[in-house]
Amino acid sequence: MTVLKGNGVFGGIAFGKLSFYKREDEEIKLKKIKDAEAEVKRYEAAKNQAINELEELYESASEKVGEEEAMIFKIHQMMLDDVDYCESIINIIKSENANAEYAVWVTARNFSSMFSDMDDSYMKERATDVMDVSKRLIKIICESDENVHSYSEPCIVGADDLTPSETVQFNEDTVKAFVTAYGSTNSHTAILARTMNIPAVVGIGNGLKKEFDGCEIIVDGYSGTVYVLPDVTTIERLKKKQELCEYENKQLQSLKGIESVTKDGQKVNLYANIGSLSDLKMVLQNGAEGIGLFRSEFLYLKRHSYPTEDEQFDAYKKVIEKMEGKRVIIRTLDIGADKKVKYFNLPQEENPAMGYRAIRICLDRTEVFKTQLRAIYRASKYGKVSIMFPMIISVDEVLKIKDIINEVKKELDFSNIEYSDDVEIGIMIETPAAVMISNELAKEVDFFSIGTNDLTQYTLAVDRQNNKINSMYDPNHKAILRMIKIAADNAHKNGIWIGICGELAADDSLTETFLSIGIDELSMSAPFILNIKKKVLNADVSKIKEKVLSQL
Amino acid sequence: MIEFTYKIKDENGIHARPAGLLVGEAKKFQSNIKITNIVNEKSADAKGLFGLMGLCVKKDNEIKVSVEGEDENEAAETIKDFLEENF
Repeated sequence: MTVLKGNGVFGGIAFGKLSFYKREDEEIKLKKIKDAEAEVKRYEAAKNQAINELEELYESASEKVGEEEAMIFKIHQMMLDDVDYCESIINIIKSENANAEYAVWVTARNFSSMFSDMDDSYMKERATDVMDVSKRLIKIICESDENVHSYSEPCIVGADDLTPSETVQFNEDTVKAFVTAYGSTNSHTAILARTMNIPAVVGIGNGLKKEFDGCEIIVDGYSGTVYVLPDVTTIERLKKKQELCEYENKQLQSLKGIESVTKDGQKVNLYANIGSLSDLKMVLQNGAEGIGLFRSEFLYLKRHSYPTEDEQFDAYKKVIEKMEGKRVIIRTLDIGADKKVKYFNLPQEENPAMGYRAIRICLDRTEVFKTQLRAIYRASKYGKVSIMFPMIISVDEVLKIKDIINEVKKELDFSNIEYSDDVEIGIMIETPAAVMISNELAKEVDFFSIGTNDLTQYTLAVDRQNNKINSMYDPNHKAILRMIKIAADNAHKNGIWIGICGELAADDSLTETFLSIGIDELSMSAPFILNIKKKVLNADVSKIKEKVLSQL
Repeated sequence: MIEFTYKIKDENGIHARPAGLLVGEAKKFQSNIKITNIVNEKSADAKGLFGLMGLCVKKDNEIKVSVEGEDENEAAETIKDFLEENF
């Protein structure tokens, strides 16, 4: 048995045969050509084809692993289209009468060594990208279709390092793990392993020898260990470890379809928070019963002008339709403080957390607000939609919001545009003021949702972004829990429901407390949902309630 | 010609993905847009990804942006906004 150590980038244990990824012979020879112009044309045609291929890869990867990770193929496109890169290739063809593949090869080596010489681990990784796009180009020029390594038999893929266009060809059902000699936890292999949900050990070094090809191995992604030709005791030990881990995961996965009700029959809705359309995949995978916080800011960020009503409508409609009638709570624009958008032209402020932000901007710039509301109402007929408003401190604000909503509805009626007439209106409870007047606020709205992050910051007077007082930022502080209870009691007294949509909702040490307080909905990042569901299913509120509440 | 300097606030400096987006912005204009890393005095055309990445711009480095051409006013404004939002 040989034991190899590397960096584990994703938990999990896999058993299987090691199969080294085989590439074609990499040395490319110079051949003198006669017609340089024709050779340049040959190169340009190949370049266009490569860009098209990358577009396809981008689209397929967007679906498989999300837009964020797929972005690498867009970067590859830009590399192929880079002025300096193209110029270098054409120069070599013309000045040396070189064949196109040779010109690409020399250029690729120059550019990749520029990156590998940098003293920055991230930039060093980019050398692999340059070689990856260049090989794609060379392959097309040579018209030799590389055998696609789809790995139809179950196996563990070994390699020096894997490039994004190589990993994306792998069959997700049969590749059980990755092991690589190089690459760091930043590498694409690592990122893809994480998104494909399989274990990987990277950066093993020279110990990962080619002669291990075909050997039985075990990959332990938790400890970053690879066992080649493992002995019986090791196999037994890791099988047990694998069983235990799989059991835990399966147990959680098996909870997916089960309704989240406590042993004594108390129902709590477990919803997901989302910040962009690409988060939807995780929402569905983890069986969220709805969306408790749809942060609409992403529609406004990273752009130079306000999003149009139609752009917003399309985004809301997409989410609402995907949720198939489950509740989707859209929070209106929460910009200002730490979230800055240039075209809003917001003034510099001494104390932005307490400044011109969120609903304060919306009630001041009503045109921006009305555009968003119109888009939401238009989308509302495609499912079950609720709207909530951030940073509320007074009943007066709520009344103003309701006036504006009525104006928007009248305008829609006037233009004969359909919308749902049972859109619930709710507010975020994230200021101490809102907690103190929650009895009055509850009479004006359909639901409350507690934003624990801001509520903690405002209640404790501790700036979330000040590292010096980081240890004082304690969302489990009794003051916060009592505030939650006050708001919940006032909500229920007035016959409305109350949820929590801050980070605290995912804290499983508080689930029983929230259930005892009678919270009706918990909304969190999707990967936490099943763990909280387990807590809920095992809770018996009638037995613990009295004790829990007496400690508050 | 319009020139201005900008101090990089992003933890990662000018990295591949945002650099790619910057190239996209720069290509919208006819003007020549040159970016110089004041720390190591390397310069590159903002319309080329490799050039930009080769500047080795890190957090807290100051860069100089020079824009020259018919649409230089608009280009400078856009690039400035883009830098402030992304870097």
